[in-house]
Amino acid sequence: MSTIPLAAYLILTAIMFFAGVYGFLSRRNMLTILMSLELMLNAADINFVVFNKYLYPGQLDGAFFALFAIGVSAAETAIAIAIIINIYRNIKNIYVDEVSKMKY
Amino acid sequence: MMSYTLIIVVLPLLMFLFLGLLGSKMKPAVAGIIGTIGMSAVTLLSWFTAATYFFSVGKIGETFQAIVPINFEWLRFTDKLHIDLGILLDPISVMMLVVITTVSLMVHIYSFGYMKGERGFQRYYALLSLFSFSMLGLVVATNIFQMYIFWELVGVSSYSLIGFYYTKPSAVAASKKAFIVTRFADLFFLIGILLLSFYSGTFSFDALTDPNGSILGKTITDTFMGWSVISWAMMLIFIGGAGKSAMLPFHIWLPDAMEGPTPVSALIHAATMVVAGVFLVARMFPVYYFGAPEVLTIISYIGAATALFAAIVACTQTDIKRVLAFSTISQIAYMITALGVSGYGGHEGLGYMASMFHLFTHAFFKALLFLGAGAVIHAVHSNEMDSMGGLRKYLPITHITFLIACLSIAGIPPFSGFFSKDEILVAAFEKNMLIFGCLYFCAGLTAFYMFRLYYRIFWGNSNKVYKHTPHESPISMSIPLIFLATLTCVTGLIPFSEFISSDKTVFHTHIEWSIASMSILVAVIGIVVATVMYRKENQMAHKFATTFKVLYTSAYHKFYFDEVWMFVTQKVIFNGVSKPIAWFDRHVVDGFMDLQSTTTNYVSRKIKFVQSGEIQDYAWAFIMGTVVIVALLIFI
Amino acid sequence: MAEQIIFYVLAIVIVVFSILSVTSGRILRAATYLLFVLLATAGLYLLMGYQFLFGVQISVYAGGIMVLYIFSILLTSHAGDKEKRASWKKLLPAGFAAVVGFALCGHIIFHNVFKVVEAVATEPTMKEIGTAMMGTGKNQYLLPFEAISILLLACIIGGIMIARKR
Repeated sequence: MSTIPLAAYLILTAIMFFAGVYGFLSRRNMLTILMSLELMLNAADINFVVFNKYLYPGQLDGAFFALFAIGVSAAETAIAIAIIINIYRNIKNIYVDEVSKMKY
Repeated sequence: MMSYTLIIVVLPLLMFLFLGLLGSKMKPAVAGIIGTIGMSAVTLLSWFTAATYFFSVGKIGETFQAIVPINFEWLRFTDKLHIDLGILLDPISVMMLVVITTVSLMVHIYSFGYMKGERGFQRYYALLSLFSFSMLGLVVATNIFQMYIFWELVGVSSYSLIGFYYTKPSAVAASKKAFIVTRFADLFFLIGILLLSFYSGTFSFDALTDPNGSILGKTITDTFMGWSVISWAMMLIFIGGAGKSAMLPFHIWLPDAMEGPTPVSALIHAATMVVAGVFLVARMFPVYYFGAPEVLTIISYIGAATALFAAIVACTQTDIKRVLAFSTISQIAYMITALGVSGYGGHEGLGYMASMFHLFTHAFFKALLFLGAGAVIHAVHSNEMDSMGGLRKYLPITHITFLIACLSIAGIPPFSGFFSKDEILVAAFEKNMLIFGCLYFCAGLTAFYMFRLYYRIFWGNSNKVYKHTPHESPISMSIPLIFLATLTCVTGLIPFSEFISSDKTVFHTHIEWSIASMSILVAVIGIVVATVMYRKENQMAHKFATTFKVLYTSAYHKFYFDEVWMFVTQKVIFNGVSKPIAWFDRHVVDGFMDLQSTTTNYVSRKIKFVQSGEIQDYAWAFIMGTVVIVALLIFI
Repeated sequence: MAEQIIFYVLAIVIVVFSILSVTSGRILRAATYLLFVLLATAGLYLLMGYQFLFGVQISVYAGGIMVLYIFSILLTSHAGDKEKRASWKKLLPAGFAAVVGFALCGHIIFHNVFKVVEAVATEPTMKEIGTAMMGTGKNQYLLPFEAISILLLACIIGGIMIARKR
């Protein structure tokens, strides 16, 4: 019997998620934006596992979802960093507001 | 029965299409011959129709009946109100068929010689056929709307033919003037038609002139400002007719229309199109007499005034075609006045009969005058009287035929003009002495100016030296002259009242020698004065002009009607009506459209910042959107 | 009791370091703080009894992804650079979005907090995980496993293609 209420976990992940939201919307460096994205993903993963444990104890669906989410996140991060490296080669910095050659 | 009359109307249309579309591919002479052959077929057919109608089929007892070979419904508004297209054979329409086709055939033959070598020869013949089709359709119309349709068609043909020499700016201006003035008058015509059909519920002449119908039966009682609506409708319809027939004040287009080729002037502006207004009033005559008698009075006064006005102006003009144009205006005014003073039924309807008789004879001698003038112009290469004189030596055939026509129009027996003009004077004498006096004085003036014209051309300066010796016209131009002169001599003897009368019942007339002798007297006086002043070249005319300088100058300038109309259109209509409407169109209507586009531009510029290209802005919108939707789902 | 203490420690670590990570000026510090958050997350997994997930989190996230980040940071900027703070115009909407969203979530949580029963302690064994991963019946994840392997293949090839030197 776990003594930690479900609500505690959920508040925790909520804080983590919205910290990630804030970071995503306010940072200038592309890598830090990606890092905030990681925060959001992690918060979601914790949510899946928590709901699995508290609401569906006999099954493993939530854990597996979190597993695959981690895998996908890794792949996506790799590609994103490859793109960022490419951008860096072209404009010599990686600030989002500087990537504006094709904007009006 | 008599459904072969459809060919009379349709064949010229087919000629027009054929010559119009394929004319440029054939040699000019071939086009001319085809057009002429088509027209002669139509002419023979209409003479045959006339013979059949007047002598065997048409008459029942003492009354002619209207035969309707074809009438099919073209456009239906309601059960009772529908526009038909059909052919109505009636004494006046059959008479008009004969007139139109005969004169048209003469013009076709004449043009073969006159227009030889002109550019657009095939187009000319195509347009002549179009005009013939339109005019024929107009006179056999079974209902007033069909007449209106062909009315407009005739206007278009006239426009094309006046502006035939489209490279000449004066011709283009004249054609525009003709079309616009007649179109303006036609606006009133249309309003009149609509009023009439609204109140009587029908367009068809048969129903409109039906003695038991709504108009003649006096069941329509609405009035507007003192006159009944039928009177208003008939007045408006008359204004439409006045435009086409060059009555005061719409006469301004006819002198300018002389810019067209002379055969065209003969056909359209002397014999046929300009009598369309007279024909209209004659066709609607029962309605005028029973439904709107006060309008008839106005018509007679307008006619008399126009006749006098045109006769005075004709005395001063120096362009021979202008003299003939004003003469036409004057003679048509005679016809209209005769209708105005006419009664209904039997001898009362003498004015009606006289008007139609004068229409018949006038067509022939006026066409003859114009074609003769054309021959003169062809010989001398100028329209002005000053460059002519003593031509009787060089143009004998033209001389004799022109003289016959002048005697006819002056009203000397036994030529046709005397008989028809005499009937008009008798009708006026019996009705209204003022109008009679006016027409009587006009008859004298007519004789005077026609013989002034004759002497200036053929006598005058008998020793005038010409740069190129004038030669007589080719045979194709002389034959119509001779034929028309023959007609002018004999048509006077036709007992017209045996055929045409206001209620289609024949009656007998005889020459009223008291009036006749007075009219012959005034004609002879006119001729004598002209002979004295113009037979030999002298200074009498010049002294006369300087003595009455003001009258002479204003008559020479056609009493400044053109200037008045120009003032009205340019200063009043353009500035008062057109400019505000144009302003409205440019600033409000266009402005509204521009406003929409400017607003769209402005709004798009203002909201462009949303599409910033910054990923963080998009993410913000995404997150806020999700939050809003979730909140909505939870709380609402 | 012990469970609660561990939970609160981990919770405090996560909260503090995640906020620091998103507001820090220096990039490498932000990366380090993120590393701590990830490690604490792994700890949470272990607390809940999912050891396999704990292992995966550490090896993939903390070990793989964070190393990738640090490499790229060092590639694209000097480690000591201070990032220029974004303008107020950017921070305000961001903060607003975060706060509003958090308020909404909080409301939902507290609205439903008493509907949940307490959990039973479960510890899935490796055997269970293995059978579930390789099985093809209901609740078994062979297809996603294969799919993710293709995804990783595509990702490897894509990454090489994007980032190769021209």
